[in-house]
Amino acid sequence: MTSELQKEKGWISVRNLNFFYGNQQALFDNTIEIEPKKVTAIIGPSGCGKSTHLRVYNRIFELYRDQRAEGEVLLDGENILAGKQDLIELRKKVGMIFQKPTPFPMSVHDNVAYGLKLHYKLNKSETAGRIETALQQAALWDEVKDKLDKPGTALSGGQQQRLCIARALAVEPEIILMDEPTSAIDPVATAKIEDLIETLKGKYTIVIVTHNMQQAARISQNTAFFFEGHIVEIGKTKELFTRPKKEQTENYITGRFG
Amino acid sequence: MRKRPAKFRKMTNSLVSGLAVFSSLLGLFILGWILYTVLVRGIAAFSWEFFTELPAPPGMEGGGLANAMAGTLVLTLLATVIGVPIGLLGGIYLSEFGQHSKFAEWVRFFNNILMGTPSIIIGVFIYTLLVVPLGHFSAYSGAVALAVMMLPVVARTTEDMLQLVPNALREAALAMGTPRWKTTLNVIFRAAKTGLITGVLLSIARISGETAPLLFTALNSPYWFSNLSEPTANLTVTIFNYAMSPYADWQQMAWGASLLISVGVLSVTLFTRFVLLREKK
Amino acid sequence: MTFFQETSTQNRSDTVFKSITIIGAGIILLIMGALFVQLIISSGLSLKAFGFNFLITNVWDPIREQFGAASSIYGTLVSTFIAMLFAVPLSILIAFFLVELSHPGIAKWISTGIELLAAVPSIIYGMWGLFVFAPFMAEYIQPFLKSVFGNIGLFEGPPIGIGMLTAGIILAFMVLPFITAVVRDVFAMVPSVVKESAYGMGSTTWETAHKVTIRYGIQGIIGAAFLGLGRAIGETMAVTFVIGNAHRISASLFAPANSITATLANEFTEASEPLYLSTLIELGLVLFVVTFLIQVAAQLWLRRVKKSMGAQ
Repeated sequence: MTSELQKEKGWISVRNLNFFYGNQQALFDNTIEIEPKKVTAIIGPSGCGKSTHLRVYNRIFELYRDQRAEGEVLLDGENILAGKQDLIELRKKVGMIFQKPTPFPMSVHDNVAYGLKLHYKLNKSETAGRIETALQQAALWDEVKDKLDKPGTALSGGQQQRLCIARALAVEPEIILMDEPTSAIDPVATAKIEDLIETLKGKYTIVIVTHNMQQAARISQNTAFFFEGHIVEIGKTKELFTRPKKEQTENYITGRFG
Repeated sequence: MRKRPAKFRKMTNSLVSGLAVFSSLLGLFILGWILYTVLVRGIAAFSWEFFTELPAPPGMEGGGLANAMAGTLVLTLLATVIGVPIGLLGGIYLSEFGQHSKFAEWVRFFNNILMGTPSIIIGVFIYTLLVVPLGHFSAYSGAVALAVMMLPVVARTTEDMLQLVPNALREAALAMGTPRWKTTLNVIFRAAKTGLITGVLLSIARISGETAPLLFTALNSPYWFSNLSEPTANLTVTIFNYAMSPYADWQQMAWGASLLISVGVLSVTLFTRFVLLREKK
Repeated sequence: MTFFQETSTQNRSDTVFKSITIIGAGIILLIMGALFVQLIISSGLSLKAFGFNFLITNVWDPIREQFGAASSIYGTLVSTFIAMLFAVPLSILIAFFLVELSHPGIAKWISTGIELLAAVPSIIYGMWGLFVFAPFMAEYIQPFLKSVFGNIGLFEGPPIGIGMLTAGIILAFMVLPFITAVVRDVFAMVPSVVKESAYGMGSTTWETAHKVTIRYGIQGIIGAAFLGLGRAIGETMAVTFVIGNAHRISASLFAPANSITATLANEFTEASEPLYLSTLIELGLVLFVVTFLIQVAAQLWLRRVKKSMGAQ
């Protein structure tokens, strides 16, 4: 199976990942294969380590001095936890969307252009083209094409989140990490983002952390269930939700705890 | 059980409340008294010559403090150029890199102490550090003394303002593959812009009214500012010298300079308070 | 198995950037260290000549080069003491008014006014003190005190306006805003349930503040007083203008006196002999050590208070 996966870009293979907050261990021997160009949902009760796990994939946790990871996370076959990994290259390949929208304090246009300017040398018309494409991919173009000069923070919450997605898409990543991307926005905006994810699958590897099981069931092809820092069960979403193999998984999805 | 009479308790309450109102009004009254005095006596000193000419000897008609105004501007500007960048860097270190490391805690601790160190001590310090080895009073000694006063204020406000920026924004910028330095300067600084400007302006306001650090560094001079390695005229030391002189027209000049300094310092303070901080909301 | 920390980041520009910011932070420590070293080295002559006696003898004779700082130190202590005597109760009363009595809209304006007292440069306090407030003291306050307490002890001598009392009162208004700001925050931090239960027992507003709020926040208020003390003790220009510049110790608060800062401001540029200059620098060193210790105490104290308040 691994060899088949390796033909496509954007596959992640996590082996024996342990994670620590100071002396406190938060993840225990996580091992998981993320299939390329598919949507993988990570579910589990709050505090089970699902966000922590996701935040290893782009090493964003390193912002905090007492957090550390041990083990291997292979991205297209390369261990990103190895010291020689170039973080900037890594994060160009791996985009991330956060719980709360994080537009930068600049215009809509500059938000999307931000990553482009960072990673590419483009002329004006190329930049304009890529910005339009990204905004269209994020299903935001029609709403903002007349206010590209307005500050990104002036958009509505749902639009801000799609702006962040456009910003991530503009640099053409292989992988997009989403950390509960709809938990801070209203149901209508949530539906739009779910539709958007639907259109992105097949083009990008998407790993989405969600506390909303219906959402996981709606949008993902694979699902991993986390509990207290352990990966309890991984499988096709349909199977995991209809015929869970582990009792803990069944208890969770039937709402007995969490 | 004997009851305490409520009447006495109520009287005490009224008395203390009255005193509290009186104290607050007293504080405002003193402020008003000072500002009124400076305004009335200062305006009397204003004239065309006051703003355009060099000082005249005592007893002579006319003369002005144009050289001191220019000197104060030069000193303040130079101090800003030295003090603000170092302060910003220190603040960035504390907020973005040092956080709770031992080194950062020490820096924070001594930064607060430096902020509370009397300005005259800073003056003496720079005198021993620059004036003695170089053998003369100079504009840059004065500017360095003022910069040492600014530095801890800027470092502190920079740290505070950067800390107000949510971590999510840092993570978002870093997750795009932005280097740390670009994240800080392009994204975090932009988000904290108003606060940072406020901090810098307030520190400029603070040093532009300082006298003690200049007494033994920039000294004073009756001439135009010519180069950085000479004693330099400035408004605050001029006020001190003129006020202590027995000549009425010099004292008058001192009031004029006092008004200039007060207007400058207070308008910057009020501007940050009412314009910048309101904008932020 | 891999283990790494942030330092493994390979980006060179980031390493450079971080190093530059460390230099910025390091300069702060460097200045602090250099301050001590410079002041100690430069007061060497004086330290050798007068030793410990410098602090307790009261002579000031630049011609015979005999120096003892007792009068300056005494003046600094007394003027600061007077300042605190006025400033602390006034600050508590103002904070009480702002938090408990006044309408929030009015409180905002009044606290802006009080804060502006801190923005007024000290040389302006000096000008006003010398030309306006000192004559006012001489005309009204000092004769009044004399008529009440008699022409003895603290209030002996002609009412000339300048002197320790006037300096102390002006200092009080200068440090008032700093103390008020902290006390106000302390008052506002007391949980309203605590206040409500005091009111619920039938306490008056002042009883609640006095028995509950102040007791609750006493540590914070002490810390605020320390901060104010540190400011008052090092204040230069305002004191120099009004204290009278006389190297002597007299019981009367009406008599001209001196302080460390005033001595420095007046004599530093006139000191042509190396020993004289070194003496003045030692005076600065004394002041620096005292304010340093006050600041350290205030900071450690406030840090402790914050922790205990946070824990509640």
